[in-house]
Amino acid sequence: MSATTLPSAAARPWRARWRIEASPVQVLAALLVLAFLLAFLVVPVGRVFVVAFTGAEGGFTLVHFGDFFRTSLFIESFWNSLYVAAMSVVVASLIAVPLAVILARHRFPGAALITTLGVLPLVMPPFVGAVAMQLVFGRNGTVNLLLMDWFGFRIPLMEGLNGVIFVQALHYFPFILMNLTASLSNIDVAMEEAGQNLGAKGFTLLRTIVLPLALPGYLAGASLVFVKVFDDLATPLLLNVTNMLAPQAYLRVTSVGLGDPMGYVISVILVVVSVIAMAGAALILRGRDFATQQRGGGGLARRPLSPLGKALAWSFVIPVLLLVLAPHVGILLLSLATVWSFSPLPDGFTLAHYATVLRETPQFLTNTLLYCGLAGAIDVVIGVVIAWLVLRTKLPGRKLLDLMAMSALAVPGLVLGIGILRTYFDVKMPDGASLATSWIMLTIVYAVRRLPYALRAATAALQQVHRSLEEAAENLGAGKTTTLTRIVVPLMAGGLAAAFVTSFATAAVELSATLVLATRDVDAPLSYGIYVFMQSAAGRGPGAALGVIAVLTVAVCTYAAHRIAERERSRRMREGRATA
Amino acid sequence: MAQPNRTGRRAVLAAASAALLPVAQLRAQTALEQRVVIITSFSRDVTTPFVQAFERAHPGTKVEVQNRSTTAAVAFIRETRSSPPDLMWASAPDAFEVLKAGNLLAKPQIDTSGIPPRVGGGPTHDPEGHYFGFAVSGYGIMYNTRYLRANNLPVPREWADLKKPIYHGHVGISSPSRSGTTHLTVETILQGEGWEAGWAQLLEIAGNFAQVSDRSFGVPDAVNSGQYGIGIVIDFFGFSAKASGFPVEFVYPSVTTLVPANIAMVQNAPNPNAARAFIQFLLSPAGQEVLLDPKVMRLPVRPETYAKAPQGFPNPFTDASLGARVRFDNDLSEKRYELLNSLFDRLVTFRLRELTAAWKAVHEAEAALARRDNAEGRRLVAEARVKLTRVPITAEQAIDPATAGAFQPTRPNRPAGPRQAQLEEEWDRFAVANYAEARQLAERARSAR
Repeated sequence: MSATTLPSAAARPWRARWRIEASPVQVLAALLVLAFLLAFLVVPVGRVFVVAFTGAEGGFTLVHFGDFFRTSLFIESFWNSLYVAAMSVVVASLIAVPLAVILARHRFPGAALITTLGVLPLVMPPFVGAVAMQLVFGRNGTVNLLLMDWFGFRIPLMEGLNGVIFVQALHYFPFILMNLTASLSNIDVAMEEAGQNLGAKGFTLLRTIVLPLALPGYLAGASLVFVKVFDDLATPLLLNVTNMLAPQAYLRVTSVGLGDPMGYVISVILVVVSVIAMAGAALILRGRDFATQQRGGGGLARRPLSPLGKALAWSFVIPVLLLVLAPHVGILLLSLATVWSFSPLPDGFTLAHYATVLRETPQFLTNTLLYCGLAGAIDVVIGVVIAWLVLRTKLPGRKLLDLMAMSALAVPGLVLGIGILRTYFDVKMPDGASLATSWIMLTIVYAVRRLPYALRAATAALQQVHRSLEEAAENLGAGKTTTLTRIVVPLMAGGLAAAFVTSFATAAVELSATLVLATRDVDAPLSYGIYVFMQSAAGRGPGAALGVIAVLTVAVCTYAAHRIAERERSRRMREGRATA
Repeated sequence: MAQPNRTGRRAVLAAASAALLPVAQLRAQTALEQRVVIITSFSRDVTTPFVQAFERAHPGTKVEVQNRSTTAAVAFIRETRSSPPDLMWASAPDAFEVLKAGNLLAKPQIDTSGIPPRVGGGPTHDPEGHYFGFAVSGYGIMYNTRYLRANNLPVPREWADLKKPIYHGHVGISSPSRSGTTHLTVETILQGEGWEAGWAQLLEIAGNFAQVSDRSFGVPDAVNSGQYGIGIVIDFFGFSAKASGFPVEFVYPSVTTLVPANIAMVQNAPNPNAARAFIQFLLSPAGQEVLLDPKVMRLPVRPETYAKAPQGFPNPFTDASLGARVRFDNDLSEKRYELLNSLFDRLVTFRLRELTAAWKAVHEAEAALARRDNAEGRRLVAEARVKLTRVPITAEQAIDPATAGAFQPTRPNRPAGPRQAQLEEEWDRFAVANYAEARQLAERARSAR
């Protein structure tokens, strides 16, 4: 198909191609998204990154990049980061794939529980999460202190590269879980039935029919995990592993001097590698078709589990949930603890920290809900538009938009924050305050930083909608825009819910850009409040209490999103039955 | 829309005040603005008592506190020149030096009478009048009493104690490149012991490190939790953690220095009078007393305030041993500032695994020798120790502009020399090779007979 259209397209002058293959609406949408990305990502970050290409006497140079490749520590860090990112994908898949299969194919009473709790690992409040992780899994944490008491040995869960892999997999497996679940529930039951008619069942059916059809969702999640882990610095810093790329960049960019070009060189390299990884994931999917036409069935048949199957499922789900939620239990204990020091559990319990938090800082929660809710909504809209442009139009340069948006994943928050200040500080709002330090900019920055998550989820969802459904609508006289809003978006509902939840949940705990841009307490979000508390020994309890509030907020919102998606699904199923 | 109006109004005001200059000047000295914006790295626990006391003393002026890490604070002041915050309030003197070098600090007239010009080993205030010390802090050793008891560890008193093999894997520090306070600790040890001996001591202590944290507060955090038992920290981290109920104690070793925590007015501060008043308040007897609040716990710069301090509170003006052994040389510190940060990271932070493994081998070899002494073993261990305590550059090279200049990309008129990346690669190779050889030597020594 593409082989026949390509040469003819190339034969025409490009102006003619433009005119024929892109409608004004498409061009307008693309330009709007492009303007957003240029204004709030490319230009601000470019103004900071320019240091990487500036020589000692000014002027363009690549000497710093040469230095990067001549420095053995950086090369070692590069391979370490690659290893950790790849292994994290493997371990995260081991956790997420079975959970997703249980969720999507079986009638399992704990489904809402898994969906809600499965998002929480993404919500790791800054600092508090780190302290709680150490108190639970650290070398003198609960687990190891008990092991020492009972058996006389320790497990170095949080040491070295393997410790990073362990923590990263626990932290980011929800990316795979959510995208894969959304993808699985979009597979047409007819496909599975066709497989069964041909004699496949059980594991063969899963391996040859179900999982291959869910590949877009899995790859969307896995590539996110890979890139996120590759670029992440919170976990390596938490474990004090410095010989990886992201911490190397961070340690240089955030030293007081800020003038060292090497930090920015590493950041540029992080962006490039991330973009290559994303392009690689897209390449795997190229030339394959995952869409199914029949949408009435409402996804895979959910079969009841046999007693043995049920036992197996629970015996997998419960330990996994305990493991991934241990840090959150740690935060909860920390928020209720009087003193917790070198002991498996706190010395005593109190509610005083919650009282402190509620007395001093009531506005943090509402601010977070407002900013992150808006940011999540912006992300869903832009994510759908980019996914639609990439998959459904022939607009030149559309892939560039995708990669540009994805590169936000690799830009350190501090760099984006400084770039925003540099670009927008002198732009004044009507009341005379600076645009750069207003809550509007904070919302935009959250949207930019979390856009990649929403974009991948939206792309995976759209990949499974068959084009013939849109063509049918267009044959009935609907325009492109009507088709998008009336047909495509409703069919993507599950994926879009996943997109919103990931963006919202992760924005709720963003700190590095917040720390540069938030200026007034009344405008500040939860993560800033946690930072302020966690700078002193006495603030540990209140900081943890704020952390609990952040986690609970996200849990409630996730549960609500899950309910909405489920209702949509059951409505479709009912309608499907009615027409059948 | 609103913009031209505002500037217009301002122009009218300016013209009016020019006409009434003497009167206006008088006003300016007495009337404070309605608000003052402070950017600080101090925790809420520390700032709130001061803010409340100041607002009581100057009703009509609201204090707005913006909490940021020191790095974010410096970046913020740099990027907001057109309308900056009024005051910068933080510990790390290096941040103030960076701001001063960038012409970002004003030079307000502040009355400092009654405050000794020198405290501990150095000047209390910036000699050029750009920033002011309002409290002093010393560096020392913080330890978790439960942890020490559970692991049967003796209480450390001096830096040299931390070299003992018994503390292997029990000590934590933050990296000097990440924490201005740790930088001063390292610099103090180097000035107190000399470059070569100081590095030898540091590298031997580093052999016992469990972690090199990327932020100052990471160390007291880990000691409070009991992740490791001993931390090299600034005094108030220890005092305030103890005041919050954690089972921790703090001691000053004899080689320590007292360093001021500072406040400065930002160049073109929008509320200069209120900003000046805040600085003046911090230095006044009333402001100094706030330092003795249990959640703040810092050493005042006014000698008379110590009369109100609780029993056992250290007093640098009467206790001659406190910080007296080292006369801190600011000039020397300044010359090798960036170089020292990088060197520590190359030798310790980024090669901690290799370094601690080599020291562990040396400790084991020495234990084996104590049981079964032999000359060959002793020779090999001595050789390993030499390799583990060497630095790639001399004290003279460290302040040579050709070398040190490579680490100062933001400073003007630096001479052309090797690039930072080249030196760093050299040092990294030096460290990796030395630590590997030392480990092999120690392992051979253990089996020597």
